Amino acid sequence: MRASLILENGAVFLGESIGEVGKRVCELVFNTSMTGYQEILTDPSYAGQGVVMSYPLIGNYGVNSQDNESSQPWVDALIVRRLSSLGSNFRCEGTLDDYLKEYHIAGVQGVDTRALTRILRTQGTMNGMITCGSDFSIQDALEEIKAFRVEGTVERVSRKAPETFPADGETRFKVALMDYGVKQNMIGCLTRRGCQVTVFPCHTPAEELLQGGFDGVMLSNGPGDPADNVAIIQEVKKLYESDLPIFAVCLGHQLLALATGAKTHKMPFGHRGGNHPVKDLAAGRCFITSQNHGYVVTPETVDPAVAEISHVNVNDGTVEGLRYKRPNCFTVQFHPEAAPGPMDTEYLFDRFIASMGGGHNA
Amino acid sequence: MPKDPKIKKVLVLGSGPIVIGQAAEFDYAGTQACRALREEGVEVVLVNSNPATIMTDADIADHVYIEPLNVASLTQIIQKERPDSILPTLGGQTGLNLAMNLHEEGILADYGVRLLGTSPTSIKKAEDRQEFKDAMEALGQPCVTSDVVESVEAAVEFAGRIGYPVIVRPAYTLGGTGGGIAYDEPSLREIADRGIHLSRVGQVLIERCIAGWKEIEFEVMRDSAGNVIQICSMENIDPVGVHTGDSIVVAPTQTLANKEYQMLRSAALDIISALEIEGGCNCQFALNPDSFEYAVIEVNPRVSRSSALASKATGYPIAKVAAKIALGYTLDEIPNAVTGKTTACFEPTLDYCVLKIPRLPFDKFTTASRKLGTQMKATGEVMAISNSFQGALMKAIRSLELNVKTLRLEGLEDLYTEEIEEKLADVDDQRLFVVAEALRRGFSPEKINAITKMDVWFLTRFQGIIQMEAELSKGVPDAETLRRAKEMGFSDAYIAALCGSTRAEIKALRESMDIRPSFKMVDTCAAEFEAATPYYYSTYDRENEAEPSADESRRKVLVLGSGPIRIGQGIEFDYCSVHSVWALKKLGCETIIINNNPETVSTDFDVADKLYFEPLTAEDVEAVVELEKPWGAVVQFGGQTAIKLAKALTEMGVPILGTSSDGVDAAEDRERFDEILQQCGIPRAEGRTVFTTEEAIKAANEVGYPVLVRPSYVLGGQGMEIAYNDRNITEFMRIINRTVQEHPILVDKYLMGREVEVDGVFDGEDVLIPGIMEHVERAGVHSGDSISVYPSLHIEDKHKETILRYTRDLARALGVIGLINIQFIIYSDQVYVIEVNPRSSRTIPYISKVTGVPIIDLATRVMLGEKLRDMGYGVDIYPEQKYYAVKMPIFSFEKLTDVDTGLGPEMKSTGEVLGLDESFPQALLKAFKGANLRAPKKGGRVIITVRDEDKGEILGIARGLADQDIEIFATAGTCAALSEAGIPAKLVGRVSEAHPNILDMIASGSVDLVINTPTKGRKHDTDGFKIRRSAVEHSVACVTAIDTARAILTVRAQSRSADLRPIDITAL
Repeated sequence: MRASLILENGAVFLGESIGEVGKRVCELVFNTSMTGYQEILTDPSYAGQGVVMSYPLIGNYGVNSQDNESSQPWVDALIVRRLSSLGSNFRCEGTLDDYLKEYHIAGVQGVDTRALTRILRTQGTMNGMITCGSDFSIQDALEEIKAFRVEGTVERVSRKAPETFPADGETRFKVALMDYGVKQNMIGCLTRRGCQVTVFPCHTPAEELLQGGFDGVMLSNGPGDPADNVAIIQEVKKLYESDLPIFAVCLGHQLLALATGAKTHKMPFGHRGGNHPVKDLAAGRCFITSQNHGYVVTPETVDPAVAEISHVNVNDGTVEGLRYKRPNCFTVQFHPEAAPGPMDTEYLFDRFIASMGGGHNA
Repeated sequence: MPKDPKIKKVLVLGSGPIVIGQAAEFDYAGTQACRALREEGVEVVLVNSNPATIMTDADIADHVYIEPLNVASLTQIIQKERPDSILPTLGGQTGLNLAMNLHEEGILADYGVRLLGTSPTSIKKAEDRQEFKDAMEALGQPCVTSDVVESVEAAVEFAGRIGYPVIVRPAYTLGGTGGGIAYDEPSLREIADRGIHLSRVGQVLIERCIAGWKEIEFEVMRDSAGNVIQICSMENIDPVGVHTGDSIVVAPTQTLANKEYQMLRSAALDIISALEIEGGCNCQFALNPDSFEYAVIEVNPRVSRSSALASKATGYPIAKVAAKIALGYTLDEIPNAVTGKTTACFEPTLDYCVLKIPRLPFDKFTTASRKLGTQMKATGEVMAISNSFQGALMKAIRSLELNVKTLRLEGLEDLYTEEIEEKLADVDDQRLFVVAEALRRGFSPEKINAITKMDVWFLTRFQGIIQMEAELSKGVPDAETLRRAKEMGFSDAYIAALCGSTRAEIKALRESMDIRPSFKMVDTCAAEFEAATPYYYSTYDRENEAEPSADESRRKVLVLGSGPIRIGQGIEFDYCSVHSVWALKKLGCETIIINNNPETVSTDFDVADKLYFEPLTAEDVEAVVELEKPWGAVVQFGGQTAIKLAKALTEMGVPILGTSSDGVDAAEDRERFDEILQQCGIPRAEGRTVFTTEEAIKAANEVGYPVLVRPSYVLGGQGMEIAYNDRNITEFMRIINRTVQEHPILVDKYLMGREVEVDGVFDGEDVLIPGIMEHVERAGVHSGDSISVYPSLHIEDKHKETILRYTRDLARALGVIGLINIQFIIYSDQVYVIEVNPRSSRTIPYISKVTGVPIIDLATRVMLGEKLRDMGYGVDIYPEQKYYAVKMPIFSFEKLTDVDTGLGPEMKSTGEVLGLDESFPQALLKAFKGANLRAPKKGGRVIITVRDEDKGEILGIARGLADQDIEIFATAGTCAALSEAGIPAKLVGRVSEAHPNILDMIASGSVDLVINTPTKGRKHDTDGFKIRRSAVEHSVACVTAIDTARAILTVRAQSRSADLRPIDITAL
């Protein structure tokens, strides 16, 4: 079935419908990863967004039940150059197309994804609509597209009740993990290191964590504009004012920056992919990282008395990490838990483990 | 860390002659590295024995030595130049081994030369089988169960424990030379014996056979700060078991989920970190298709063929970055030339699919075993880029120039289905086409996967192409089908053939439907950053990014490259193409290059103003022409590949610069050419043009045997043979007709005289001949396989005058503007013309270097209207230099089983070395050393066994050898002839005679040289064939032409190693 992708700037791409037949309005972003589409689809940070995969051959290895990063896909729409009708891999349990249909994800294939990426790069992230109907009016569609805004996504993707994951082997630490849209592998990176992890819904009051007998707190990744989360930021501030070791990633990193007086701003088209070089300023070394963010901490707003910039992006110099003056508190913009992407910065989890010291609460 | 200020003068090692396993990729890498070093103000001393390379140009390095790559010669160069450092990782395995030898012999320490980049300890860890295994074990990286052995018995014992089949890999050899899979004890004994022999350190690795696993490669880089990045992942479509150089390879990996991908990427980064490599590194893995189990197969701690492919596939200049890292820079300090904004510290990401197909030499070596295994056999490769796998595949197939347009090989459709099924199990160069034929017969991808272990994903892509063929066969397609076919990479010509139309009609039809090619940029970053790389590939997609430049003041010239490297069309043509581009740029032209060979300098995106990485077919070229609308096109420099497109370009309305396509035709068309010779009053051997075997036999009897039989329109004497009787003709004609069609076949009287070759530049009025080259071997041995000497030794002045006159007259008569290459024979005091090629030749690079005449530059300027008289190099024959230059052919026989090493009219060499010195014997000695061919020492042993025709001539040579205290052994006939002439010779038994016979003697390693001249015919069961192959397999020098044997005597009797001195060609 034919499908159309209408962009906020009026451009229309004609292609073929994949996944569920239907209409979707979302924010369009592009991702340059060459593998890991299933992890991307199920990364809650993409809630409200339509993802354009810049690699043209998607679905080659199908889908399986082990590579989900959360309970379901959160991407609103998937745009690819070519969807493989066959998945070939020893773990493959089905095709990507069937998977999209099962979870009611709409998509389109057969569009010039490089041309689309170039539009998003030069004109910035914009909204778009996928529709399978042929009787739409561009005028009406554009009104609807322009009116769309990614809102309330953290609440949508976060767990509704706490959930505890046992440590692999002996429990050495107890970690509270705030779920703003957490990826499964972030939990895995902790449990594999001997942490019992309790994942809390996003609106859990700080007191509950502070009184829960935890050795440390992790603030997860998540979707949307960080500044929208006014109430959550208040709770994060309380966590910051405690003496619990804190490690935060992506949205968590932005929320902590906002809670401590810094500002964030929207980037023209964000960082989404698995090849972003980040320099660890203290170590003097660069690491290739997995990234997925559209907002970033504004460096001039970081009070040197509160925190120093620990990591920067080698390509564009943006803030990639903060080390707080308060003991045992550091945050990064990129994704050390990878999945998908390079696992070169997993050592940050070790650093977090080290910051929890002896783990007396375990 | 910025550049180390202590590094001021760096010695760069090249990789030597082109051989199978080590080709143009190292010229590309070395040239890029030299430029990167000089950019940093470092003085560069370059050594390479291969004169056909761009890196040995006087303007690439500060000091250039075209000298043998051995310790003695390098020691002299180090003494003379006193470099402070040496960069060993860009000259392939040859460069790396040589640097290690220099280190181990203490030469580097003696002269205070620092090894840049990777340390000797690291190199040893990666290269020595046992140390590598230990290092991997320490890292927790799984290797295949294996053991290093130094004897056949130990190999047999170990294999008995781990079970057959086992793989044998000799240590320190190129392209796995001498390796193989042994299925039982007898085969293991044979392979292990050969491997131990060929290994530099007498070691082989015996390992568990994991044939059928996926073969995955990662190119990674590391700097002194420990930053590590991955450049490119690659997946071999042929599973483990086929050397990666002979595999069809796709980038990035296609069938790996993120987990496996990251697992192997992390492993590669861990390995390069543990080995502390500073620069590039290639890691090869085997991955079990049914689990996460994997094994590290091989690590190359240097720039490699795969890294050249990775550079072209991603746009990331690995060699350049490796050179900067060697100087001390870290990745984040090196700018990314592609984006101009970001740094070299990032991982390229692709938004297209890249496919490489090896170019195997079985079209030339029709009798060679086509089986593929761990011993590489390909001479070159093609690469194609598209936004679909199928599009890249179809383009790559077209680029091979094997008369194949799609996944269909002539002849396979005639086989029974059972035969196809059997053939599926054969791992050879035709397997891709056999798989396609099986799919056509209705085999399921799963069934084919069970036999071939090729991933079902690839098989279903092939199936898609075959289904499209079926759809197109139903008749002229509708717009939707046509668009899908074009996206899949079907050419208009093939679509037309399938649906019963013509190429022009299909083109008109799709244009009426607005289905047109669009060009996309290779930018390393999937469009995430703005890039200005002038590097494009075609797709059938919405947006075209290649914009013709608006600058109307510059003439826009299209230069066609020479495609994959094959026997007969080697790196020389890339040298010529690149120099032409540089000359055009100097003349203010905008240059556009089209080529499909990832190994070459010409496909480096900063050579021409624009690079289109496309097949060299009329349709693919036309797409570029329609977009760019060039002012003119240059086809003289790209070998036969480019020349063949002259007519098509003319039809597209693109003016051919220089000699017109009609002039090319006149030189190739027998009757037209005969007419021209007659007009010019030039004699040539009598000959005829024929099409059928009957006509050929009739012609041969008319002109009289022996005759030369060859197809027209070919390079490198492909299919050319000397026929002595009707039976020979019948056999040759059958072979010729199988590989070449459409064009007539030439039958000429064979004149056995002295062969002379010239390259000339003609401007319409005057000719300039930079040098006359004389061949050591008489006519009958292909010019590319002959030892060639400049200046000529035996040519009288009156003949030189004749040669000049003939060259001028022929150039004028053919309408040549630019280059002309002519081969002459001097026979009975008369000069005959054998062949005229109005194009570049393989001798141009070396003659340019030794005479100092920039031939390509002059030819290019002539093509744009300048006159030789205004260029400062004069006209007629350029004054002879005071140095002798001997060009010596290099063969790759040890890599190709069942190929007869006997020299004849068909070219067999893969590369060449140069010997340059003040006297002919010394220059010859240097060439011998470069070729690693040793004349027997005093007290050494030689076996002589020659055909009856040569028994007279061999006497003088044998006497000379005996005078040098060399012990002569000979088979019965030859021995009798020698004894009769009073030359001491001992009898050695024939192949069929009781042991120990001649083969045992060769195998024993007690012989230094075998002189064997082949009897007629192509049969492989002759004694001579067995003797020659046995010599190759036991690394014993074997010469097959009387004149080559005489050259060996010259070296033995008249030259002295102690007197050799290195010569800096920049100071000539």
